[in-house]
Amino acid sequence: MAGKRQNPDEITPRIGADEWVGREQELRLARRGVTGWARSLVERIPAVVWLAVFLGIAALLPLLMNTGDLNRYGLNVAIFALLALGLNVAVGWTGLLDLGYVAFFGFGAYTYALLSSPHCFTDTACGVHWPGWATVPIAVAATALLGLLVGLPSRRLSGDYLAIVTLFFAQLFLTVAANGDRVSALGLTGGVNLTGGPNGVPEVDPIEIFFIRPTTVEAYYFFTLAALVVVAAVLWFLIRSRTGRAWTSLREDELAAELMGMPVNSLKLLAFSIGAGIAGLAGAILAAEQTGVFPGNFDLSILITIYAMVILGGAGSMPGVVLGAIVITVVFEVLSPTTNPDKISLMFYGAILVALLVKVRPLWRLAFVLGGTVLLGYVTHTIAHAISASATQGQVVSGGWLGDAIESIAVVPLDPGDWPKYAYVALIVAVLALTRLDGWRRTLLMPPTLVLTVFVWENLLLLQPTVTRFILFGALLVVMVAVRPQGLLGKPRVEIV
Amino acid sequence: MDWTRFFNVLIDGVQLGSVYALVALGYSMVYGILKLLNFAHGDIYMIGAFIGFGVLTVFGGPLSPNLPLAPLLLLMFLVAMLGSGFLGVAVERFAYRPLRDAPRIAPLISALGVAFFLENSALLLFGSQYRQYNGFELIGTGGFFIGTVKITWINLLVVSSAAGLMVALMLLVSRTKLGKAMRATSFDREAAAMQGIDIDRVIVWTFFIGSALAGAAGVMAGLAYSSIYHYMGFTAGLKGFAAAVVGGIGSIPGAMAGGLLIGLAESFTAGYMNGTWKDAVTFSILVLVMLVRPTGLFGKPEIKKV
Repeated sequence: MAGKRQNPDEITPRIGADEWVGREQELRLARRGVTGWARSLVERIPAVVWLAVFLGIAALLPLLMNTGDLNRYGLNVAIFALLALGLNVAVGWTGLLDLGYVAFFGFGAYTYALLSSPHCFTDTACGVHWPGWATVPIAVAATALLGLLVGLPSRRLSGDYLAIVTLFFAQLFLTVAANGDRVSALGLTGGVNLTGGPNGVPEVDPIEIFFIRPTTVEAYYFFTLAALVVVAAVLWFLIRSRTGRAWTSLREDELAAELMGMPVNSLKLLAFSIGAGIAGLAGAILAAEQTGVFPGNFDLSILITIYAMVILGGAGSMPGVVLGAIVITVVFEVLSPTTNPDKISLMFYGAILVALLVKVRPLWRLAFVLGGTVLLGYVTHTIAHAISASATQGQVVSGGWLGDAIESIAVVPLDPGDWPKYAYVALIVAVLALTRLDGWRRTLLMPPTLVLTVFVWENLLLLQPTVTRFILFGALLVVMVAVRPQGLLGKPRVEIV
Repeated sequence: MDWTRFFNVLIDGVQLGSVYALVALGYSMVYGILKLLNFAHGDIYMIGAFIGFGVLTVFGGPLSPNLPLAPLLLLMFLVAMLGSGFLGVAVERFAYRPLRDAPRIAPLISALGVAFFLENSALLLFGSQYRQYNGFELIGTGGFFIGTVKITWINLLVVSSAAGLMVALMLLVSRTKLGKAMRATSFDREAAAMQGIDIDRVIVWTFFIGSALAGAAGVMAGLAYSSIYHYMGFTAGLKGFAAAVVGGIGSIPGAMAGGLLIGLAESFTAGYMNGTWKDAVTFSILVLVMLVRPTGLFGKPEIKKV
């Protein structure tokens, strides 16, 4: 790293230092500042207390929200948290890149749906309605078994091959789900409707476990929460067991683990299939909760969303991935066409402002960036208005006081044409350039970048929130892995040379 | 047996295989040097197809091009290859280089993020509608006959330009100094660095060449199959991927053979069975090869050293 100033606080690999010394250095660094204080506080409180706090807040949610919001923010968070915990077993603990995870989610959902719905396999074989205490375990076990089968061909191969096979498997699952309405064995039989094709399987029964029969959103919310707690508790003990320790050692150094006599292949398959089983459980709950399954529920954007949760929260840390699930699901649900654009904008500008307040130091630099942005925005607004009156007459999508404020510094033409698209590309280039610059050059480039951001946001991104959220998740994966690979709550890795 | 149909399906397969082989080459070259599965490669191919379409549109569109055909096609290929090449280099610079010494799983996740970012950016910029290259309007439906089997000009153009690019790549890798440096780097990166080879430069060139080939493949796909859309890169990337693994990842002749094999398999599945299940056939071939010969058709068994 010639030319770049060495940060004395950075944890650098040291020759001859063992793991314990490395950890000690890392702990010393982690204890400093507000975040360090918060982290040591978090670590000192026992896990049970955290669980109680989490459950206490979670139990209050139905009182604070209406049914629609509870479905979007409560139930979805719970289901995605379950999914993130399952993926964490494979990715976070064992270090296996499972890209077929979303297919396991779908397989569990379809298994449940086919065993408890009026779905017709052939003209005569209709309506299997098994009770939930049978179908949910079947869905979980079948998915875990499927995970085992998918893992088998790549068991002796490096992690890369597992990624290929699983990614292909996810794609194959989608093909089967979307085209499985006329499956015939080599043209001999009349054709079996296996998956309902693009229409999916509608009218799925609620999960009936003895006397429990959830039918409302509230009931499913509590049911999923209970499942989440059970799964989290099992995993909490599992990672502290012999098997759990073996998984993490496998992740750190596969060869060393093998030399210590660990059954590497079985351990990998076990992790893989436990993760798949949890996805199957989440799938069964989803199928019952939305009373139907559709191929679109399990496409690759959901996979990326779950990955974003695990990476953001911190792969390997259970509270981390749950936090990741909460944050990402809220972003996912807020960035949808049904949300009021005011709220989206408020969150967007709020997030940028908070990031600037936290990251830009010293204060004169922060003042320069904020002042420069407002000034530059005002100047461009005035110039654009002088050139053509229609260039600033478009409706700012954000409303209220925020809209008024943005109105005076943003250029929102009546008919922007392709300009927002060019600006989007320019914005990407500017952001990439920012990462390469430092010192005053970076400070100088920031106001124009921010003005460009406002322009692109108001004219392009805010109009297509669903696309925007996936762009954000994709970028989030790249940025997190490079800047903070341990995520929000994960432990940084100490490299031992 | 209907031989005309057989040969038509065969020609389709070779054409599809050429496209897959070009995509597979990029995967294979990058894997050979960095041991990284570049998931974003398929999306670079998609961007290449859109760049080619952009050039076509600038010069009047497929129905009334205001340039003669040959220079227009050349320009489309050239601009698409350059654009894709620079995109590939940018992806390497900003997404993969910071992670070169990170644990193996980190760059894979980053690659996944890049792929998703590119795909959705394309959706944002180009919209979700299909764009039509209209290759048959542009080049014509003509061709020549061998017996009763018709070979269209598009077939000929795609296969011969793919073959030309592959020969050029082979010459580059085997005859030039850069090619030698690439082979050395892929054999042992650290040892190559100790011999004074500028590793970063070799990696940048690898990404440029691999991505340029993908861009060319994108234009070919546009010409041969007409429709391009933002999601096309994902499936093509998977197929290219499978081709690279079947042929032996890291091996250049392997990627070509693997591409042809996958292309033929898909074309025969679509021609004689049901086109919906061609993904399943490709997947079965992939799993079979990995079970029987994990290093692929042309790969050398890897010896793990500590």
